[in-house]
Amino acid sequence: MKLITHNMLTSNIIKGVTKGYPLGIIPRKVEVKDVDYNPEFLARMIPNMDWSAVCKAAKDVGHDEGLPKEIAPNFTENDEFLKAAHHVLLEIDVVEGDLVCPETGRKFPVSNGVPNMLLKEEEA
Amino acid sequence: MSASSRTCRYLLYFANEHIEFKIAELKSLASLYNIKLDLHEACIDKKDPFLVVDLPSEDGAIQIMSRTLLVRSAYELWGQGKSHEEMYRNLAAFHTDRMAPYFSANTTFKIMVESFNKTITQKEKVQRIEELPQDILKFEGKVNLKNPVHIFTLMEYYGHVGTTPPDKPLAVYFGRWICDGQRDKISYFNLQKRHFIANTTMDPGLSLIMSNLARVKQNSLVFDPFVGTGSLLVSAAHHGAYIIGTDIDYLLLHAKSKPSRARQKKRASDESVQANFGQYRLESQYLDVLVADASCHKLWRPMIHFDAIITDPPYGIREGAKRVGKDAEDEEKSSLQDEFPKRIPRLRDYHLSDIFLDLLDFSAKHLQMHGRLVYWLPVDRLDYKEENLPSHPCLQLIANCEQVLNSKVSRRLITMEKVREFQENGGMTARVEVDHYQDATFRERYFRPTNLTNDEDN
Repeated sequence: MKLITHNMLTSNIIKGVTKGYPLGIIPRKVEVKDVDYNPEFLARMIPNMDWSAVCKAAKDVGHDEGLPKEIAPNFTENDEFLKAAHHVLLEIDVVEGDLVCPETGRKFPVSNGVPNMLLKEEEA
Repeated sequence: MSASSRTCRYLLYFANEHIEFKIAELKSLASLYNIKLDLHEACIDKKDPFLVVDLPSEDGAIQIMSRTLLVRSAYELWGQGKSHEEMYRNLAAFHTDRMAPYFSANTTFKIMVESFNKTITQKEKVQRIEELPQDILKFEGKVNLKNPVHIFTLMEYYGHVGTTPPDKPLAVYFGRWICDGQRDKISYFNLQKRHFIANTTMDPGLSLIMSNLARVKQNSLVFDPFVGTGSLLVSAAHHGAYIIGTDIDYLLLHAKSKPSRARQKKRASDESVQANFGQYRLESQYLDVLVADASCHKLWRPMIHFDAIITDPPYGIREGAKRVGKDAEDEEKSSLQDEFPKRIPRLRDYHLSDIFLDLLDFSAKHLQMHGRLVYWLPVDRLDYKEENLPSHPCLQLIANCEQVLNSKVSRRLITMEKVREFQENGGMTARVEVDHYQDATFRERYFRPTNLTNDEDN
């Protein structure tokens, strides 16, 4: 699971949960993969990202070093920022671990890079 | 005004396949590239593979051809008629300034002859070329059959496939070939060569058409809530999209389900949705797949908006019928379930109508403005009526194309566009006037015997 995807997910699917964002990450295996750099795509996506959640997730997986704490002004022309965003959002892959609901502590396991967001009948 | 900026007439030569989809695909691609396209749809005979269109420029034709699966080739139309003679007269009236550059002595060319619904011999073809009016077509360049700079084609139309061809063609066209469409991609994405497939993997031609109807483009964010092995998203990624998918089937996403290929006992350890993107060097556009229930919309932050949602919801025909008792296959399955005991919750029945209503509600919330939803709706052909189509106040129906599966059932490819912002508590929910699946599930309808075959026998 890439951190761009993590940024989109909530645990508000659990019955009664309203503040299920951002999900915590307990990493067990994290890989860094080469992904083609595409500043146009990043410039499209960044305005919809919750950047504080990006920073928190990066910290959870131990890849927050040198990551800007805020979205740079004029980020579409800021290559340095876009490259940092590219790396953290697209190249860091949580292969094994858990996603954690911030409200209930319910864990959603990630295995082979695929998060399992299914709930039991009584949880939904 | 220069010759190149003048609106001109183009001939599109369609493939004789998926003809129900061809106008919808053409209109979607024209709107994707902001190309003005006036079609008199009521006058279009879908079984006629030739369509004459006015386009603002040749560049527009090239853009459409860079994406279309259903147009074989595009030509600048120089002449047309209901007979060769009428075509020649029409040709005489074509702008000489448009023709002149191609007559230059410094260039090379060849002339081809094509016929639809009739085979004509090589001798007849040569005769047709010799009969062309040389006082209008003043070719001075050299003929080069192998590698010409310009190709001209004389096309003859002898009626619908399967009808007895008349002696004389019903229509004749002469044009300058511009380029071909993307039909070669069908074999490029051939499923026999696909690393990871399952029983309901979409054929590559149709999945590329779906991506065209959805107007997927470079840097689109595209979602499939019933992703399966990712075939629809492979097509979207080929068109430049970044993709995310979910599926409720844990075993499938982890490639632990029963293999779909004959003679394959076990899935290979490297089979995965991601591997299918790697196979086509599209891995940089693969974001993620998740095991998730498509009816749980709150999984996504409210402000997440996809440019397109493309999906083939499950309607339960090809899932094997359940069997009583335990055999080797069941043992294998139960051992897999022991391996992931907590991860596979009991799946409840998901009523087919609810799947579609959920899908429309989700799309209304999570599509960008003017983003498109493209999905398949299976129907009983005898009972189907427009009232069976789910609707939503935020979504406008763009196209509804039928693919016939057999005499009883078909599936309809539905294209909708978000035209209104979704408001929570605004009473904006999907509805269906008449539930098509109320009396029987689609599976029951699919396997229900009918009298049709008997009637045919009599």
